[in-house]
Amino acid sequence: MFRNKSGEFSWVDFTIDVLRVLIVLAVVVGAWNTLSSGRISLAQWVNLLAAGLSQGSIYALIALGYTLVYGILLMINFAHGEVFMAGAFSAFFLAEALNRTGFLNEQPLLSILLMFMFAGLISMTVAVLVERIAYRPLRGSPRLVPLITAIGASFFLQYAFRGLYGSNFKAYPQVRALQGAVQIGDISIPVAQIFVFCSALVLMFGLHWLVERTRIGKAMRAVSENKEVARLMGIDIDWVILFTFGVGGFLAGAAGVINGLFRPQGVNFYMGFIPGIKAFTAAVLGGIGNIPGAMLGGLFLGVIEAIGPNLVLAGLGIPGANQLKDVIAFTMLVLVLIFRPQGILGERLSETKA
Amino acid sequence: MKKLLLLFTALSLVLVFSLPAMANGHCMDALGCVEVGPDDPVVIGALLTVSGATSFYGEDSRGGIEIAIDARDGMLLGREIELVVEDSLCSAEGGQATAQRAAADESIVGLIGTTCSGAAQGAMPIISEAGMLMISPSNTSPRLTNDDVDAGGTYYPGYFRTAHNDLFQGAMGARFAIEVLGAESVATIHDGDPYTEGLAVVMADTFAEMGGDVVFQGAVAKGDTDMTAILTEIAASGPDVVYFPVFTPESEFIATQARNTPGLEDAELIVSDGSFSSSFAGNVGDAAVGIHMTSPYVVGEEYDAFLMTWDDMFGGAPPSGFHAHAYDAVNILMDAVEMVAEEHDGALMIGRQALRDAISAVENYAGLTGTLTCQDESPYRGDCATGSALAVYEITEAEVAGAWPPAVVWDMSMAMSMDEG
Repeated sequence: MFRNKSGEFSWVDFTIDVLRVLIVLAVVVGAWNTLSSGRISLAQWVNLLAAGLSQGSIYALIALGYTLVYGILLMINFAHGEVFMAGAFSAFFLAEALNRTGFLNEQPLLSILLMFMFAGLISMTVAVLVERIAYRPLRGSPRLVPLITAIGASFFLQYAFRGLYGSNFKAYPQVRALQGAVQIGDISIPVAQIFVFCSALVLMFGLHWLVERTRIGKAMRAVSENKEVARLMGIDIDWVILFTFGVGGFLAGAAGVINGLFRPQGVNFYMGFIPGIKAFTAAVLGGIGNIPGAMLGGLFLGVIEAIGPNLVLAGLGIPGANQLKDVIAFTMLVLVLIFRPQGILGERLSETKA
Repeated sequence: MKKLLLLFTALSLVLVFSLPAMANGHCMDALGCVEVGPDDPVVIGALLTVSGATSFYGEDSRGGIEIAIDARDGMLLGREIELVVEDSLCSAEGGQATAQRAAADESIVGLIGTTCSGAAQGAMPIISEAGMLMISPSNTSPRLTNDDVDAGGTYYPGYFRTAHNDLFQGAMGARFAIEVLGAESVATIHDGDPYTEGLAVVMADTFAEMGGDVVFQGAVAKGDTDMTAILTEIAASGPDVVYFPVFTPESEFIATQARNTPGLEDAELIVSDGSFSSSFAGNVGDAAVGIHMTSPYVVGEEYDAFLMTWDDMFGGAPPSGFHAHAYDAVNILMDAVEMVAEEHDGALMIGRQALRDAISAVENYAGLTGTLTCQDESPYRGDCATGSALAVYEITEAEVAGAWPPAVVWDMSMAMSMDEG
């Protein structure tokens, strides 16, 4: 302890180790205080966990888009939150229309499937256009350049949607089939949360199959391994990159619908900003560039956010614990960057890739 | 005696400042004058939130301002009115940055803004120092009109508002909860914004003063969508009333999720004007039925005519509840300019101190938002709204289905009659 690789005493390592001990101590003390006070019952903890998993599956689906693009291009697509917004916004209009005709409540499954396809296609189109217009012309330029165009693209998308649909908050109509809760003993879990979690799992398995079992998936893996060699093997790099953006976009659009079914309110041109940042955090948590890592990171972040304030912060006697939910999320990010920079599932990257 | 003293002070100030001012022309004002040349427009500045998630508040106020200017055919004292809108965002930094830009522009006679109380706290020191004035259509934080620094006051000379002080609204929420709903315990939620925090604190204080029990005071963060954690914590203390004066969409998330939180199914929910938007009830859905809202109470033929004009000019209905306040604010400013301006060789000289004084002296002004009287006593320094135009609304199935606004179930006149009886 307290010594760097050459065996000398190092203040940096010392501080980090002290920090490590303090954090573990704070978490243990906070959790102990809360649990021993018995303020929150077991049923309530299960509720928090279920809400956290559903929120986390939204983060996970968006995080996959970040991670796929990073895996191939080594760039962070900061307009990805807006791709999510585009899908959520478009599906809102479809849901409204379906609701008005009564179709939504007569054929809920079919309607939701339609919404998924529609939002996915719109988000896919937006993601592909962003790649084609804002990133491809700049491929090969310094890494800061596409980052800046990403921010530009993000603003463009936000204010384009605001210009088209105004700045009012809109809300998805309620799907009757998803109302109510499943009762197990004194634990009740809303049906919507179960549905959301399951559909996210299906999408994630779908992606896994696409990447591991199909021809184009193999090409994606090859391009992420080494672009030049992949090109020599006859792989059309531009097409693979475009396809990757499209897949990420589809998942973000689906996340938009899931978000609408789970938390119907808050549909607005600005709605992609915070989930975008959270999902980016989730992607880094899991290990950026790593697909199972993004899934795990998203779920993990959702659960930590739901349980953390009540378990740790309230136990430490911090006032307004729930206001500090984001602090927990971003503290996690800092901690992971300090103690395990490669993320939970990430491998150590070589200088050129990191 | 006091008046004589004031007159004397004013005269000596004029003497001190007039020497350099005389050299520039005919300005006799302690703070200098805005000079509008023979062919120049009268410039009115507006510091509003025109981007970001709360931009609909800014759009709402801007519409009110434009309608007021349009009602005068865009002319003031024979000159064209020019409206300069700056984006003050909803933060202290935004307020500061736009105030600096406005202060550097000597042609601006007065400002309307800011949208958010937080932005006003950043803007006012600069605006006050520059000798300018600002009338806000939507700041409601009690701090802004309180000049007692120890009590958290941040009043600066030159600040006025036509929005109602949260001291009125928070107290009204507490009185309604106790006197009408018969509540004994309350939980409050704010989102860290000075506006929502002020309201939550005033409500809790009044509630406790009236003998109620404040069982929980917490906060969420702006942008949160998952409120399960805080609601679970609140359910653990089982309050009769949950008061969450936060903005949409956070208030919509809290309202929907509260109904699904075991232990809070039957709690009364009260929100404030931050949620008073035509889409609130529809967005929350069935869970909105029975929610009470405290908000400005603007009625009357003139207001109906205003809404017609809005529909003609912009289409539809105003997106939020402060358009009438903005209309009144800019009218008060324009009236004051008309009163104060003096013509010299074709140029208009508008004294900055005189303009502030003229607005301070506004009494029984018949505005769209009721009768306005600008007060000069802390904690209401610069408050032109008297709080009489506030009411409690109740959402029913009709509003969920799209009707708006909901019916008033309680207002200040009922509160008064309770006091007497």
